[in-house]
Amino acid sequence: NGTLVIAEHDNTALRSITLNAVGAASKIGNEVTVLVAGKDCAKAAEQASKIDGVKRVLLADNAALEGFLAERLTPVILASQKQFSFTHIIAGATAFGKGLLPRVAAKLDVSPVSDVIGIKDAETFVRTIYAGNAIQTLKSKDPIKIISVRGTSFEAVAVGSNSAPQEKAPDSDLASDKSEFVKQEIVKSDRPELTSAKTVISGGRGMKNGENFKILYALADKLGAAVGASRAAVDAGFCSNDLQVGQTGKIVAPELYIAIGISGAIQHLAGMKDSKTIVAINKDPEAPIFQVADIGLVADLFKAVPEMTQKL
Amino acid sequence: MALRALVGVKRVVDYAVRVRVKPDKTGVVTDGVKHSMNPFDEIAVEEAVRLKEKKIVSEIVAVSCGPTQSQETLRTALAMGVDKAVHVEVTGPEYNNLQPIHVAKILAKLATEQKADLVIVGKQAIDDDCNQTAQMTAAFLDWPQAVFASKIEKEGDGLTVTREIDGGLETIKVKLPAVISADLRLNEPRYATLPNIMKAKKKPLEKKTPKDLGVDVSPRIEVVSVEDPPTREAGAKVEDVDQLIEKLKKLGRI
Repeated sequence: NGTLVIAEHDNTALRSITLNAVGAASKIGNEVTVLVAGKDCAKAAEQASKIDGVKRVLLADNAALEGFLAERLTPVILASQKQFSFTHIIAGATAFGKGLLPRVAAKLDVSPVSDVIGIKDAETFVRTIYAGNAIQTLKSKDPIKIISVRGTSFEAVAVGSNSAPQEKAPDSDLASDKSEFVKQEIVKSDRPELTSAKTVISGGRGMKNGENFKILYALADKLGAAVGASRAAVDAGFCSNDLQVGQTGKIVAPELYIAIGISGAIQHLAGMKDSKTIVAINKDPEAPIFQVADIGLVADLFKAVPEMTQKL
Repeated sequence: MALRALVGVKRVVDYAVRVRVKPDKTGVVTDGVKHSMNPFDEIAVEEAVRLKEKKIVSEIVAVSCGPTQSQETLRTALAMGVDKAVHVEVTGPEYNNLQPIHVAKILAKLATEQKADLVIVGKQAIDDDCNQTAQMTAAFLDWPQAVFASKIEKEGDGLTVTREIDGGLETIKVKLPAVISADLRLNEPRYATLPNIMKAKKKPLEKKTPKDLGVDVSPRIEVVSVEDPPTREAGAKVEDVDQLIEKLKKLGRI
Protein backbone atom coordinates (compact mmCIF):
# COMPACT_ATOMS: atom_id res chain seq x y z
CA ASN A 1 0.00 0.00 0.00
CA GLY A 2 1.24 3.45 -0.84
CA THR A 3 -0.04 6.99 -1.13
CA LEU A 4 0.92 9.43 -3.86
CA VAL A 5 0.66 13.12 -3.01
CA ILE A 6 0.63 15.46 -6.00
CA ALA A 7 2.69 18.49 -4.98
CA GLU A 8 1.39 21.94 -5.79
CA HIS A 9 4.20 24.40 -6.38
CA ASP A 10 5.46 27.24 -8.55
CA ASN A 11 8.58 25.29 -9.65
CA THR A 12 10.79 26.99 -7.08
CA ALA A 13 8.79 26.45 -3.89
CA LEU A 14 5.99 24.23 -2.64
CA ARG A 15 2.64 25.82 -1.93
CA SER A 16 1.63 25.39 1.69
CA ILE A 17 -1.37 23.23 0.69
CA THR A 18 1.13 20.49 -0.26
CA LEU A 19 2.12 20.20 3.41
CA ASN A 20 -1.54 19.87 4.42
CA ALA A 21 -1.98 17.19 1.76
CA VAL A 22 0.98 15.24 3.18
CA GLY A 23 -0.64 15.71 6.60
CA ALA A 24 -3.80 14.09 5.24
CA ALA A 25 -1.74 11.30 3.65
CA SER A 26 -0.05 10.54 6.97
CA LYS A 27 -3.52 9.88 8.46
CA ILE A 28 -4.00 7.01 6.04
CA GLY A 29 -0.82 5.40 7.31
CA ASN A 30 0.74 4.25 4.03
CA GLU A 31 4.19 5.01 2.76
CA VAL A 32 4.05 8.51 1.25
CA THR A 33 5.49 9.39 -2.16
CA VAL A 34 5.40 13.00 -3.39
CA LEU A 35 5.27 13.77 -7.11
CA VAL A 36 6.79 17.08 -8.18
CA ALA A 37 5.99 17.73 -11.82
CA GLY A 38 6.71 20.96 -13.68
CA LYS A 39 9.24 22.89 -15.71
CA ASP A 40 12.58 23.60 -14.00
CA CYS A 41 11.14 22.39 -10.72
CA ALA A 42 14.27 20.88 -9.11
CA LYS A 43 14.10 23.40 -6.25
CA ALA A 44 10.54 22.46 -5.39
CA ALA A 45 11.57 18.79 -5.44
CA GLU A 46 14.48 19.51 -3.10
CA GLN A 47 12.04 21.07 -0.67
CA ALA A 48 9.68 18.09 -1.02
CA SER A 49 12.54 15.74 0.00
CA LYS A 50 12.72 17.57 3.32
CA ILE A 51 9.05 17.12 4.24
CA ASP A 52 8.76 15.00 7.37
CA GLY A 53 7.53 11.47 6.80
CA VAL A 54 8.00 11.42 3.02
CA LYS A 55 9.51 8.16 1.72
CA ARG A 56 10.46 9.23 -1.81
CA VAL A 57 10.08 12.08 -4.24
CA LEU A 58 9.27 11.50 -7.89
CA LEU A 59 10.49 14.26 -10.15
CA ALA A 60 9.06 14.96 -13.60
CA ASP A 61 10.91 17.98 -14.96
CA ASN A 62 9.93 18.75 -18.52
CA ALA A 63 9.33 21.89 -20.58
CA ALA A 64 6.00 20.40 -21.68
CA LEU A 65 4.77 20.64 -18.09
CA GLU A 66 4.89 24.43 -18.04
CA GLY A 67 1.60 25.79 -16.77
CA PHE A 68 0.66 22.45 -15.14
CA LEU A 69 -1.94 21.53 -17.78
CA ALA A 70 -4.17 18.65 -16.66
CA GLU A 71 -3.89 16.99 -20.09
CA ARG A 72 -0.11 16.63 -19.63
CA LEU A 73 0.10 15.99 -15.89
CA THR A 74 -2.42 13.15 -16.11
CA PRO A 75 -0.13 10.79 -18.09
CA VAL A 76 2.71 11.49 -15.61
CA ILE A 77 0.47 10.48 -12.70
CA LEU A 78 -0.87 7.43 -14.54
CA ALA A 79 2.65 6.22 -15.31
CA SER A 80 3.68 6.69 -11.66
CA GLN A 81 0.55 4.88 -10.55
CA LYS A 82 1.34 2.01 -12.90
CA GLN A 83 4.89 1.64 -11.58
CA PHE A 84 4.15 1.87 -7.85
CA SER A 85 0.53 0.63 -7.65
CA PHE A 86 -0.51 3.35 -5.21
CA THR A 87 -3.72 2.69 -3.30
CA HIS A 88 -4.30 6.41 -2.65
CA ILE A 89 -3.73 9.53 -4.71
CA ILE A 90 -4.11 12.85 -2.87
CA ALA A 91 -3.91 16.53 -3.80
CA GLY A 92 -5.08 19.75 -2.20
CA ALA A 93 -8.64 20.89 -2.93
CA THR A 94 -7.46 23.98 -4.80
CA ALA A 95 -8.08 25.13 -8.38
CA PHE A 96 -5.05 22.98 -9.28
CA GLY A 97 -6.09 19.80 -7.43
CA LYS A 98 -9.78 20.08 -8.30
CA GLY A 99 -8.98 20.59 -11.96
CA LEU A 100 -6.53 17.70 -12.17
CA LEU A 101 -7.67 14.80 -9.96
CA PRO A 102 -11.06 14.05 -11.60
CA ARG A 103 -9.29 13.72 -14.96
CA VAL A 104 -6.84 11.22 -13.46
CA ALA A 105 -9.70 9.40 -11.72
CA ALA A 106 -11.73 9.02 -14.91
CA LYS A 107 -8.71 7.48 -16.68
CA LEU A 108 -8.53 4.92 -13.84
CA ASP A 109 -12.33 4.46 -13.77
CA VAL A 110 -12.42 5.66 -10.17
CA SER A 111 -15.01 7.95 -8.59
CA PRO A 112 -12.96 10.68 -6.89
CA VAL A 113 -13.86 12.21 -3.52
CA SER A 114 -13.66 16.01 -3.51
CA ASP A 115 -12.83 18.46 -0.77
CA VAL A 116 -12.37 15.96 2.06
CA ILE A 117 -12.39 17.45 5.58
CA GLY A 118 -11.78 14.23 7.53
CA ILE A 119 -10.21 10.79 7.05
CA LYS A 120 -11.74 8.06 9.24
CA ASP A 121 -9.80 5.17 7.77
CA ALA A 122 -8.18 4.18 4.48
CA GLU A 123 -11.56 4.06 2.70
CA THR A 124 -13.88 6.24 4.78
CA PHE A 125 -13.88 9.98 4.18
CA VAL A 126 -15.81 12.96 5.51
CA ARG A 127 -16.83 15.89 3.31
CA THR A 128 -19.33 18.72 3.26
CA ILE A 129 -22.33 18.90 0.95
CA TYR A 130 -24.93 21.64 0.34
CA ALA A 131 -22.46 24.47 0.95
CA GLY A 132 -21.44 23.08 4.32
CA ASN A 133 -25.00 22.66 5.56
CA ALA A 134 -24.58 18.90 5.88
CA ILE A 135 -21.64 16.63 6.59
CA GLN A 136 -21.43 13.43 4.57
CA THR A 137 -19.39 10.40 5.60
CA LEU A 138 -18.80 7.95 2.77
CA LYS A 139 -16.97 4.73 1.97
CA SER A 140 -15.27 4.53 -1.38
CA LYS A 141 -15.70 1.16 -3.08
CA ASP A 142 -13.05 1.77 -5.74
CA PRO A 143 -9.72 -0.10 -5.54
CA ILE A 144 -7.79 3.19 -5.77
CA LYS A 145 -8.91 6.13 -3.63
CA ILE A 146 -8.47 9.51 -5.28
CA ILE A 147 -9.18 12.40 -2.94
CA SER A 148 -8.70 16.16 -2.78
CA VAL A 149 -8.32 17.53 0.73
CA ARG A 150 -9.29 20.87 2.21
CA GLY A 151 -6.16 22.59 3.52
CA THR A 152 -7.77 24.08 6.61
CA SER A 153 -8.88 20.64 7.82
CA PHE A 154 -5.46 18.97 7.99
CA GLU A 155 -2.36 20.04 9.92
CA ALA A 156 0.57 21.02 7.76
CA VAL A 157 3.50 18.63 8.10
CA ALA A 158 6.83 20.25 8.96
CA VAL A 159 9.58 20.69 6.41
CA GLY A 160 12.45 19.46 8.54
CA SER A 161 15.60 17.48 8.33
CA ASN A 162 14.22 14.64 6.22
CA SER A 163 16.10 13.85 3.05
CA ALA A 164 13.88 11.50 1.11
CA PRO A 165 15.56 10.13 -2.03
CA GLN A 166 14.57 11.64 -5.35
CA GLU A 167 14.03 9.61 -8.46
CA LYS A 168 12.91 10.41 -11.96
CA ALA A 169 9.21 9.83 -12.52
CA PRO A 170 8.55 7.09 -15.10
CA ASP A 171 8.37 8.30 -18.69
CA SER A 172 5.03 9.20 -20.17
CA ASP A 173 3.75 10.69 -23.39
CA LEU A 174 3.75 14.47 -23.00
CA ALA A 175 3.27 15.28 -26.67
CA SER A 176 -0.39 16.26 -26.33
CA ASP A 177 -1.10 19.49 -28.20
CA LYS A 178 -4.78 19.53 -27.27
CA SER A 179 -4.21 22.37 -24.85
CA GLU A 180 -1.61 25.06 -24.50
CA PHE A 181 -0.63 27.26 -21.57
CA VAL A 182 -0.61 30.96 -22.46
CA LYS A 183 -0.15 32.95 -19.26
CA GLN A 184 -0.98 33.43 -15.61
CA GLU A 185 -1.88 36.73 -14.04
CA ILE A 186 -1.49 36.38 -10.31
CA VAL A 187 -2.61 39.39 -8.35
CA LYS A 188 0.57 40.62 -6.67
CA SER A 189 0.16 41.75 -3.13
CA ASP A 190 2.30 42.40 -0.07
CA ARG A 191 -0.52 41.06 2.06
CA PRO A 192 -0.59 37.41 3.09
CA GLU A 193 -2.40 34.87 0.94
CA LEU A 194 -6.09 34.54 1.77
CA THR A 195 -6.16 30.81 2.50
CA SER A 196 -3.09 30.75 4.74
CA ALA A 197 -3.38 34.15 6.51
CA LYS A 198 -3.68 34.23 10.31
CA THR A 199 -6.11 37.14 10.09
CA VAL A 200 -8.68 37.75 7.35
CA ILE A 201 -10.82 40.87 6.94
CA SER A 202 -13.74 40.52 4.53
CA GLY A 203 -16.13 43.10 3.14
CA GLY A 204 -19.66 42.56 1.91
CA ARG A 205 -22.42 44.42 0.15
CA GLY A 206 -22.42 46.92 3.03
CA MET A 207 -19.16 48.34 1.64
CA LYS A 208 -21.39 50.00 -1.02
CA ASN A 209 -18.63 50.17 -3.69
CA GLY A 210 -15.16 48.94 -4.62
CA GLU A 211 -13.50 52.25 -3.76
CA ASN A 212 -14.58 51.89 -0.12
CA PHE A 213 -12.54 48.69 0.19
CA LYS A 214 -9.55 50.95 0.82
CA ILE A 215 -10.66 51.32 4.43
CA LEU A 216 -10.45 47.54 4.76
CA TYR A 217 -6.98 47.52 3.20
CA ALA A 218 -5.87 50.16 5.73
CA LEU A 219 -7.07 47.99 8.62
CA ALA A 220 -5.60 44.87 7.00
CA ASP A 221 -2.18 46.53 6.75
CA LYS A 222 -2.31 47.41 10.45
CA LEU A 223 -3.13 43.81 11.36
CA GLY A 224 -1.01 42.04 8.73
CA ALA A 225 -4.22 40.55 7.43
CA ALA A 226 -5.45 39.25 4.10
CA VAL A 227 -8.54 40.83 2.54
CA GLY A 228 -11.52 38.81 1.35
CA ALA A 229 -15.06 39.49 0.21
CA SER A 230 -18.50 37.96 0.20
CA ARG A 231 -20.08 36.69 -2.99
CA ALA A 232 -22.52 39.61 -2.83
CA ALA A 233 -19.58 42.03 -2.98
CA VAL A 234 -18.04 40.13 -5.89
CA ASP A 235 -21.37 39.95 -7.75
CA ALA A 236 -21.81 43.69 -7.25
CA GLY A 237 -18.40 44.22 -8.88
CA PHE A 238 -16.69 45.68 -5.78
CA CYS A 239 -13.72 43.34 -6.09
CA SER A 240 -12.38 40.42 -8.08
CA ASN A 241 -13.59 36.86 -7.71
CA ASP A 242 -10.30 35.53 -6.31
CA LEU A 243 -11.13 37.40 -3.08
CA GLN A 244 -14.40 35.55 -2.65
CA VAL A 245 -14.78 33.66 0.63
CA GLY A 246 -17.56 31.09 0.58
CA GLN A 247 -18.61 27.71 -0.68
CA THR A 248 -18.01 28.67 -4.31
CA GLY A 249 -14.92 30.70 -3.49
CA LYS A 250 -12.16 30.18 -0.96
CA ILE A 251 -12.55 28.25 2.27
CA VAL A 252 -10.63 29.98 5.07
CA ALA A 253 -10.11 29.17 8.74
CA PRO A 254 -7.84 31.88 10.19
CA GLU A 255 -7.30 32.63 13.87
CA LEU A 256 -9.23 35.87 13.44
CA TYR A 257 -11.92 36.57 10.85
CA ILE A 258 -13.46 40.04 10.72
CA ALA A 259 -16.66 40.25 8.66
CA ILE A 260 -17.48 43.82 7.74
CA GLY A 261 -20.79 44.79 6.16
CA ILE A 262 -21.52 41.12 5.53
CA SER A 263 -25.04 39.87 6.30
CA GLY A 264 -23.95 36.23 6.61
CA ALA A 265 -25.57 34.27 3.77
CA ILE A 266 -25.33 30.49 4.19
CA GLN A 267 -22.85 30.19 1.37
CA HIS A 268 -20.53 32.76 2.94
CA LEU A 269 -20.69 31.12 6.36
CA ALA A 270 -19.65 27.85 4.71
CA GLY A 271 -16.38 29.48 3.73
CA MET A 272 -15.37 30.92 7.09
CA LYS A 273 -17.20 29.32 10.00
CA ASP A 274 -14.21 27.22 11.07
CA SER A 275 -12.28 30.41 11.91
CA LYS A 276 -11.15 30.43 15.55
CA THR A 277 -12.52 33.88 16.43
CA ILE A 278 -15.16 35.59 14.32
CA VAL A 279 -15.86 39.31 14.61
CA ALA A 280 -18.81 40.93 12.85
CA ILE A 281 -19.32 44.62 12.27
CA ASN A 282 -22.71 45.40 10.76
CA LYS A 283 -25.28 48.13 11.28
CA ASP A 284 -28.17 45.66 11.15
CA PRO A 285 -28.48 44.00 14.58
CA GLU A 286 -30.59 41.22 13.01
CA ALA A 287 -27.95 40.20 10.43
CA PRO A 288 -27.43 36.40 10.56
CA ILE A 289 -23.65 36.91 10.76
CA PHE A 290 -24.13 37.79 14.46
CA GLN A 291 -25.39 34.24 15.09
CA VAL A 292 -21.93 32.83 14.37
CA ALA A 293 -19.83 35.77 15.58
CA ASP A 294 -17.87 35.50 18.83
CA ILE A 295 -17.79 39.27 19.05
CA GLY A 296 -20.40 41.45 17.40
CA LEU A 297 -20.42 45.21 16.99
CA VAL A 298 -23.59 46.87 15.75
CA ALA A 299 -22.22 50.02 14.15
CA ASP A 300 -21.79 52.00 10.96
CA LEU A 301 -18.76 50.36 9.37
CA PHE A 302 -17.69 53.64 7.77
CA LYS A 303 -17.14 55.02 11.28
CA ALA A 304 -16.07 51.87 13.14
CA VAL A 305 -13.44 50.57 10.72
CA PRO A 306 -11.38 53.78 10.41
CA GLU A 307 -11.67 54.23 14.18
CA MET A 308 -10.33 50.72 14.73
CA THR A 309 -7.46 51.31 12.28
CA GLN A 310 -6.56 54.52 14.06
CA LYS A 311 -6.65 52.99 17.54
CA LEU A 312 -4.52 49.93 16.77
CA MET B 1 -18.03 25.97 -39.49
CA ALA B 2 -20.41 26.48 -36.61
CA LEU B 3 -20.13 24.19 -33.65
CA ARG B 4 -22.58 21.85 -31.99
CA ALA B 5 -22.80 22.35 -28.23
CA LEU B 6 -23.96 20.00 -25.50
CA VAL B 7 -24.81 21.48 -22.10
CA GLY B 8 -25.38 19.55 -18.89
CA VAL B 9 -28.07 20.84 -16.52
CA LYS B 10 -28.75 19.43 -13.08
CA ARG B 11 -31.94 19.83 -11.07
CA VAL B 12 -30.96 20.71 -7.49
CA VAL B 13 -32.54 22.02 -4.30
CA ASP B 14 -32.91 25.78 -4.84
CA TYR B 15 -29.95 27.76 -3.53
CA ALA B 16 -32.16 29.83 -1.24
CA VAL B 17 -33.61 26.82 0.58
CA ARG B 18 -32.21 26.04 4.02
CA VAL B 19 -31.60 22.30 3.72
CA ARG B 20 -32.47 19.96 6.57
CA VAL B 21 -30.82 16.66 7.33
CA LYS B 22 -33.19 13.67 7.52
CA PRO B 23 -33.67 12.27 11.05
CA ASP B 24 -32.39 8.84 9.90
CA LYS B 25 -29.16 10.51 8.67
CA THR B 26 -29.40 9.02 5.18
CA GLY B 27 -29.46 12.34 3.36
CA VAL B 28 -31.21 15.70 3.27
CA VAL B 29 -34.93 16.35 2.91
CA THR B 30 -35.78 16.90 -0.76
CA ASP B 31 -39.50 16.02 -0.85
CA GLY B 32 -41.73 19.08 -1.09
CA VAL B 33 -38.69 21.37 -1.35
CA LYS B 34 -38.28 23.94 -4.12
CA HIS B 35 -35.86 22.82 -6.83
CA SER B 36 -34.27 24.76 -9.68
CA MET B 37 -31.49 24.51 -12.22
CA ASN B 38 -28.03 24.38 -10.64
CA PRO B 39 -26.86 28.05 -10.79
CA PHE B 40 -23.51 27.18 -12.42
CA ASP B 41 -25.37 25.21 -15.11
CA GLU B 42 -27.51 28.29 -15.82
CA ILE B 43 -24.25 30.08 -16.58
CA ALA B 44 -23.24 27.19 -18.87
CA VAL B 45 -26.57 27.40 -20.75
CA GLU B 46 -26.29 31.18 -21.03
CA GLU B 47 -22.79 30.88 -22.49
CA ALA B 48 -23.94 28.36 -25.08
CA VAL B 49 -26.85 30.61 -26.05
CA ARG B 50 -24.52 33.63 -26.38
CA LEU B 51 -22.15 31.58 -28.56
CA LYS B 52 -25.15 30.72 -30.73
CA GLU B 53 -26.13 34.39 -30.94
CA LYS B 54 -22.56 35.11 -32.11
CA LYS B 55 -23.01 32.36 -34.76
CA ILE B 56 -20.12 30.37 -33.26
CA VAL B 57 -22.54 27.62 -32.23
CA SER B 58 -25.24 26.30 -34.58
CA GLU B 59 -27.24 24.04 -32.30
CA ILE B 60 -27.46 23.48 -28.55
CA VAL B 61 -28.57 20.24 -26.93
CA ALA B 62 -29.26 20.18 -23.18
CA VAL B 63 -28.98 17.00 -21.11
CA SER B 64 -30.25 16.27 -17.63
CA CYS B 65 -29.89 13.01 -15.70
CA GLY B 66 -32.46 12.32 -13.01
CA PRO B 67 -36.11 11.63 -12.22
CA THR B 68 -39.09 12.83 -14.32
CA GLN B 69 -38.92 16.29 -12.71
CA SER B 70 -35.58 16.86 -14.44
CA GLN B 71 -37.69 17.62 -17.51
CA GLU B 72 -38.74 20.89 -15.81
CA THR B 73 -35.08 21.87 -15.65
CA LEU B 74 -34.69 20.96 -19.32
CA ARG B 75 -37.74 23.12 -20.20
CA THR B 76 -36.05 26.04 -18.44
CA ALA B 77 -32.94 25.47 -20.57
CA LEU B 78 -35.11 25.30 -23.70
CA ALA B 79 -36.80 28.56 -22.70
CA MET B 80 -33.39 30.19 -22.33
CA GLY B 81 -32.57 29.33 -25.95
CA VAL B 82 -31.48 25.70 -26.08
CA ASP B 83 -32.74 23.92 -29.24
CA LYS B 84 -33.47 20.42 -28.02
CA ALA B 85 -33.24 18.35 -24.88
CA VAL B 86 -32.35 14.82 -23.81
CA HIS B 87 -33.68 13.50 -20.52
CA VAL B 88 -31.68 10.53 -19.23
CA GLU B 89 -34.03 8.99 -16.71
CA VAL B 90 -32.47 7.79 -13.47
CA THR B 91 -34.78 7.22 -10.49
CA GLY B 92 -34.99 5.81 -6.97
CA PRO B 93 -31.93 4.32 -5.29
CA GLU B 94 -29.97 4.59 -8.54
CA TYR B 95 -30.54 8.34 -8.53
CA ASN B 96 -29.51 8.62 -4.88
CA ASN B 97 -26.14 7.12 -5.76
CA LEU B 98 -25.70 8.86 -9.10
CA GLN B 99 -22.33 10.60 -9.14
CA PRO B 100 -20.28 12.75 -11.51
CA ILE B 101 -18.48 9.63 -12.81
CA HIS B 102 -21.83 8.26 -14.06
CA VAL B 103 -23.03 11.60 -15.42
CA ALA B 104 -19.69 12.17 -17.15
CA LYS B 105 -19.95 8.76 -18.87
CA ILE B 106 -23.49 9.63 -20.00
CA LEU B 107 -22.40 13.06 -21.27
CA ALA B 108 -19.42 11.54 -23.09
CA LYS B 109 -21.68 9.02 -24.86
CA LEU B 110 -24.20 11.70 -25.80
CA ALA B 111 -21.48 14.08 -26.98
CA THR B 112 -20.36 11.39 -29.41
CA GLU B 113 -23.92 10.48 -30.43
CA GLN B 114 -24.91 14.13 -30.97
CA LYS B 115 -21.62 14.90 -32.77
CA ALA B 116 -20.92 17.73 -30.32
CA ASP B 117 -17.78 19.87 -30.68
CA LEU B 118 -18.19 21.54 -27.33
CA VAL B 119 -19.52 20.39 -23.96
CA ILE B 120 -20.29 23.08 -21.36
CA VAL B 121 -21.34 22.35 -17.78
CA GLY B 122 -21.32 24.29 -14.51
CA LYS B 123 -18.12 23.96 -12.50
CA GLN B 124 -19.97 22.27 -9.65
CA ALA B 125 -23.47 21.40 -8.48
CA ILE B 126 -24.59 23.17 -5.32
CA ASP B 127 -25.96 19.96 -3.79
CA ASP B 128 -23.05 17.49 -3.79
CA ASP B 129 -20.40 20.21 -4.38
CA CYS B 130 -18.26 17.69 -6.28
CA ASN B 131 -16.71 19.82 -9.05
CA GLN B 132 -15.80 16.80 -11.21
CA THR B 133 -18.18 16.36 -14.14
CA ALA B 134 -16.38 18.52 -16.75
CA GLN B 135 -12.95 17.11 -15.98
CA MET B 136 -14.21 13.51 -16.10
CA THR B 137 -16.24 14.04 -19.28
CA ALA B 138 -13.13 15.46 -20.95
CA ALA B 139 -11.08 12.46 -19.80
CA PHE B 140 -13.63 9.90 -21.05
CA LEU B 141 -13.68 11.63 -24.45
CA ASP B 142 -9.93 12.29 -24.37
CA TRP B 143 -10.70 15.94 -25.13
CA PRO B 144 -8.94 18.95 -23.59
CA GLN B 145 -10.57 20.64 -20.61
CA ALA B 146 -10.92 24.32 -19.77
CA VAL B 147 -12.35 24.38 -16.27
CA PHE B 148 -13.49 27.31 -14.09
CA ALA B 149 -13.87 29.50 -17.20
CA SER B 150 -14.56 33.20 -16.82
CA LYS B 151 -14.11 34.14 -20.50
CA ILE B 152 -14.33 32.14 -23.73
CA GLU B 153 -13.17 33.40 -27.14
CA LYS B 154 -13.09 31.58 -30.47
CA GLU B 155 -9.68 31.84 -32.06
CA GLY B 156 -8.78 29.98 -35.25
CA ASP B 157 -9.80 26.36 -34.86
CA GLY B 158 -9.74 26.47 -31.07
CA LEU B 159 -10.80 28.44 -28.04
CA THR B 160 -8.89 30.83 -25.82
CA VAL B 161 -10.21 30.49 -22.30
CA THR B 162 -9.54 32.61 -19.22
CA ARG B 163 -9.74 30.49 -16.05
CA GLU B 164 -10.24 31.41 -12.42
CA ILE B 165 -7.31 30.04 -10.42
CA ASP B 166 -6.14 30.64 -6.86
CA GLY B 167 -4.75 34.13 -6.64
CA GLY B 168 -5.71 35.33 -10.11
CA LEU B 169 -6.44 34.31 -13.67
CA GLU B 170 -4.91 31.93 -16.18
CA THR B 171 -5.22 31.89 -19.94
CA ILE B 172 -5.05 28.65 -21.92
CA LYS B 173 -5.83 27.60 -25.48
CA VAL B 174 -7.73 24.42 -26.20
CA LYS B 175 -8.30 22.72 -29.51
CA LEU B 176 -11.80 21.63 -30.42
CA PRO B 177 -13.57 19.45 -29.53
CA ALA B 178 -13.29 20.49 -25.88
CA VAL B 179 -15.06 20.48 -22.52
CA ILE B 180 -15.61 23.67 -20.54
CA SER B 181 -16.84 24.26 -17.00
CA ALA B 182 -18.44 27.61 -16.20
CA ASP B 183 -17.38 29.72 -13.24
CA LEU B 184 -19.35 32.51 -11.61
CA ARG B 185 -18.04 35.45 -13.61
CA LEU B 186 -18.46 33.95 -17.08
CA ASN B 187 -21.77 35.75 -17.63
CA GLU B 188 -25.07 36.67 -16.02
CA PRO B 189 -27.78 34.25 -17.09
CA ARG B 190 -30.94 35.69 -18.65
CA TYR B 191 -34.43 35.08 -17.34
CA ALA B 192 -36.68 33.07 -19.60
CA THR B 193 -39.49 35.28 -20.92
CA LEU B 194 -43.09 34.08 -20.97
CA PRO B 195 -43.26 33.78 -24.79
CA ASN B 196 -40.04 31.75 -24.72
CA ILE B 197 -41.39 29.53 -21.94
CA MET B 198 -44.45 28.86 -24.15
CA LYS B 199 -42.24 28.16 -27.17
CA ALA B 200 -40.06 25.83 -25.09
CA LYS B 201 -43.01 23.52 -24.55
CA LYS B 202 -42.99 22.71 -28.26
CA LYS B 203 -39.27 22.07 -28.57
CA PRO B 204 -38.18 18.42 -28.86
CA LEU B 205 -37.39 16.49 -25.67
CA GLU B 206 -36.07 12.98 -26.11
CA LYS B 207 -36.04 10.34 -23.36
CA LYS B 208 -33.27 7.85 -22.78
CA THR B 209 -31.95 5.59 -20.02
CA PRO B 210 -28.35 4.94 -18.97
CA LYS B 211 -28.88 1.41 -20.30
CA ASP B 212 -29.73 2.78 -23.78
CA LEU B 213 -26.34 4.49 -23.68
CA GLY B 214 -24.52 1.46 -22.28
CA VAL B 215 -23.56 3.24 -19.06
CA ASP B 216 -23.36 1.29 -15.81
CA VAL B 217 -24.74 3.43 -12.97
CA SER B 218 -24.08 1.03 -10.11
CA PRO B 219 -22.89 2.89 -6.98
CA ARG B 220 -19.19 3.58 -6.44
CA ILE B 221 -19.57 4.81 -2.89
CA GLU B 222 -21.59 3.88 0.15
CA VAL B 223 -22.98 6.78 2.14
CA VAL B 224 -22.36 6.02 5.81
CA SER B 225 -24.17 9.04 7.23
CA VAL B 226 -25.31 12.58 6.54
CA GLU B 227 -25.34 14.81 9.60
CA ASP B 228 -25.80 18.40 10.67
CA PRO B 229 -22.62 20.42 10.86
CA PRO B 230 -21.44 21.31 14.37
CA THR B 231 -23.21 24.46 15.49
CA ARG B 232 -21.40 27.57 16.49
CA GLU B 233 -22.65 29.49 19.51
CA ALA B 234 -23.21 33.19 19.02
CA GLY B 235 -20.93 35.21 21.27
CA ALA B 236 -21.49 38.54 22.93
CA LYS B 237 -22.03 41.93 21.39
CA VAL B 238 -19.78 44.82 22.35
CA GLU B 239 -20.81 48.47 22.61
CA ASP B 240 -18.01 50.20 20.78
CA VAL B 241 -14.66 49.90 19.02
CA ASP B 242 -12.70 50.26 22.30
CA GLN B 243 -14.43 47.24 23.81
CA LEU B 244 -13.86 45.29 20.60
CA ILE B 245 -10.13 46.01 20.62
CA GLU B 246 -9.89 45.19 24.33
CA LYS B 247 -11.61 41.83 23.83
CA LEU B 248 -9.41 40.90 20.88
CA LYS B 249 -6.31 41.79 22.88
CA LYS B 250 -7.51 39.64 25.76
CA LEU B 251 -7.99 36.71 23.36
CA GLY B 252 -4.50 37.31 22.01
CA ARG B 253 -5.83 37.75 18.46
CA ILE B 254 -4.27 41.18 17.90
